[in-house]
Amino acid sequence: MTAAFPLHLIPLLPLAGAAFALLVGKRAGKDAVTLVCLGVVAAAALMAFYAVYLLHGQLPPGGSLTDAFFDAPWMKAGDLEVHPGLMLDRLSAVMVMVVTGIGFLIHLYSTAYMEHDEGYTRFFGYLNLFMAAMLILVLGDSLLVTFVGWEGVGLCSYLLIGFWFDKDANAYAGRKAFVVNRIGDFAFLLAMFLTFSITSTLKYSDMGGVVEALHAPLWFGLPGAYFVGILILIGCTGKSAQIPLYIWLPDAMAGPTPVSALIHAATMVTAGVYMVARMHVVFEVAPATLAAVAGIGAATALFAATIAIAQRDLKKVLAYSTISQLGFMFVAVGSHLHGTSNYEAGIFHLVTHAFFKAGLFLGAGSVLHALANEGDITRMGGLKKYLPHTRWTFLIYCLAISGIFPFAGFWSKDAILAGAHAALWPTSPNPGGAEIWFAAHTGQILYWTLLAAAACTAFYMFRLYFLVFEGEYRGTEEKKHHLHESPPAMTVVLWLLALGSIGIGLLGIPDEFGSRLDRFGDFLSPVLQAQARVETRSDFLIGAAIALSVSSAAILLAWVLYGNGFSPRVKRFVAAVPRLYKTVLNKYYIDEIYDVLVVRPVRWTAIIFWRAVDSVLIDGTINLVALIVGGIGKLVRYLQNGDVQRYLVGILVGAAIIFWGATNWTARQGAKFIVTQHGHEVIVTAAPEDDLAFRRLRFRVEWEGGTYTPEQTATIFTHHYDKAGKHKITVEAFDPRWGTHATVSQKLVIK
Amino acid sequence: MMIPIQDFLLLGALRFGLGVIGVILRRNVLIVLMSIELMLNAANLTLVAFGRARHDPHAHAFAFLVMAVAAAEAAVGLAIVVGIFRNRRSVNLDELTLMKH
Repeated sequence: MTAAFPLHLIPLLPLAGAAFALLVGKRAGKDAVTLVCLGVVAAAALMAFYAVYLLHGQLPPGGSLTDAFFDAPWMKAGDLEVHPGLMLDRLSAVMVMVVTGIGFLIHLYSTAYMEHDEGYTRFFGYLNLFMAAMLILVLGDSLLVTFVGWEGVGLCSYLLIGFWFDKDANAYAGRKAFVVNRIGDFAFLLAMFLTFSITSTLKYSDMGGVVEALHAPLWFGLPGAYFVGILILIGCTGKSAQIPLYIWLPDAMAGPTPVSALIHAATMVTAGVYMVARMHVVFEVAPATLAAVAGIGAATALFAATIAIAQRDLKKVLAYSTISQLGFMFVAVGSHLHGTSNYEAGIFHLVTHAFFKAGLFLGAGSVLHALANEGDITRMGGLKKYLPHTRWTFLIYCLAISGIFPFAGFWSKDAILAGAHAALWPTSPNPGGAEIWFAAHTGQILYWTLLAAAACTAFYMFRLYFLVFEGEYRGTEEKKHHLHESPPAMTVVLWLLALGSIGIGLLGIPDEFGSRLDRFGDFLSPVLQAQARVETRSDFLIGAAIALSVSSAAILLAWVLYGNGFSPRVKRFVAAVPRLYKTVLNKYYIDEIYDVLVVRPVRWTAIIFWRAVDSVLIDGTINLVALIVGGIGKLVRYLQNGDVQRYLVGILVGAAIIFWGATNWTARQGAKFIVTQHGHEVIVTAAPEDDLAFRRLRFRVEWEGGTYTPEQTATIFTHHYDKAGKHKITVEAFDPRWGTHATVSQKLVIK
Repeated sequence: MMIPIQDFLLLGALRFGLGVIGVILRRNVLIVLMSIELMLNAANLTLVAFGRARHDPHAHAFAFLVMAVAAAEAAVGLAIVVGIFRNRRSVNLDELTLMKH
């Protein structure tokens, strides 16, 4: 069941705020921009929460609120007819609440964080624009509307990463993010084309009805859903920073820290997870693509977590942590079992992660604020004395992300681990030996990979916490002097997010402890069917115990090694494995590998085209044309001597030539003739064309030297040649009106 | 005694040629303007001569029109000459080459 609701106001309000800030913000002043930009986000948040209230309270569980902007189609081409519209079902409800809620908190935080920045109004303009795009992304009722938001958030991400574009490195980081995202966007676009060509619809609500079409074999005997699924997955790896397209996210830290919190941790990068859940019908038709989703997620989760261990930059650690946590979500939405997947856990982790990761970034921002943008954790330490609020909240976030009971991360991560453990993908009709082994063990592999990643997560998070807040201060005296806690606008936000990081997990207590406890799962289950795993209370407790002990051990290890600055053991360990350490520190040289394999070949091709085609061929042709025209002009301009009297001579000479030509024309044309020959008898017809002007002419024919037919007005002459041989016939025409005459000759052979 | 038309035409042609030579060769704008008047008069003479020879009053009417145009042309032309003189302190055509490239 659906009901109409003016959903378009939710994205339009921030869009209006963006227009205000970007167009007249400079003149209106900072206070007005703050008021408007925060006001529209707050209004959008209120509207969104009201809409969710209606959805939850007034409609049956599977219902949705819809909003069609206008009746006429947006675009029409062949069979394609797109009616744009927005839709709020329970999945987008979760996303909308996260985006507007966290978004508003980060707006509030930014008013203090960006207070002394010259680009204050521009910053809030971009931030509002991002909100609008993100809301369109999650509210879109079809792939196409979502794509509008998808591209919009990419644009805002680019603008905000390169926000301080006066430094080259920041501008390059923005460009890198944009280009890498384009690769994913291209796959998304192809997925859209393919979806339409298979199912003739792009609307999410129609997807359930076109399962037959998705099942139909397309290429290589595989159902079309496989290809759509893989293309969407590639698009999602771009936006959600998964292998192989994750490389842009660490560089995206060049932007202001609230941007990292909002866009590159809490909202935009989760769009990939959202899309997989949104298109679950397609993925469920092709379970192998879900296996690919989970595989990529697990690989990314562990890979990024190991990189984070060795990083020295505060925000870089958090960036790799984000990539790793997104990998967890990918594993969840890919954990297939009996026709459905563990979507609920993935979306749940998306929500909890939005709280603690936004908090971690904002806490990092508070630290950077105090240290005048010094991001190197080897030069921090002991900050708990100076930044008490930041320290306590940061500790809560660290516990949450490490999955310590009862913080939010514990519940969501545990759900992911349980789902991965239970996951099972259907095999082909006649499975081979390897396939049977993989079908039986993939869930296990995923589970242990994630457990290792979770251990790494707890380790690097507490390494970060200890190096920043515990031990002795290792920076310069001058900076120590300036250390201060951040203003209330920032600390209040930190505490609110900390409350969320503690409490939000309690919405997802598994059903094993009481049927009404898993409120989050119950809320989503009408849209996304829960994974069909059988779990007893003791299963859950065993899983939780394993995860908790692994995390606690990792935290303990971090405390031993970093509890009071860098312990000597760290140095000894690094010295023992210098190559391994260097490889991890340099992020496995992935950027360098991409540089050699992709960036340089493209650049060289571009240089060849530039030098050969553009400079020589195209510019050369154009310059040649210009040169010719210019040369002619140079010559001709000497005629423009400015002397009227010389011009007049030119006019007179020209007039005389035209007069002469005109008066001679009739005679010259009339003297032309045709010769007809019958043996020695020759007939000459002068002026064969019948023209009134020729009638006044008189003709004379010279047959051979000295033999004439005298002047006459008739045009036909006959003559009899006595001798064979060559003769020359000459016709002379007289024009009595102008007194002109002309002659024409022709050779004739008589046999 | 009738004066044959050829005489009128010859006279017109001579006057026209004199006018052309004047326009081309003289450097004083005033003389050039007078030469233009000479050419217009030659045209008038030819028109009237043909009109008389062919007993066609249209030609006479046309001659009057040419006179009116000539008068207007003289007025405008002289005004331009006065204007140029005020600006340039000269009515020498060789010095008026603003249209040069």
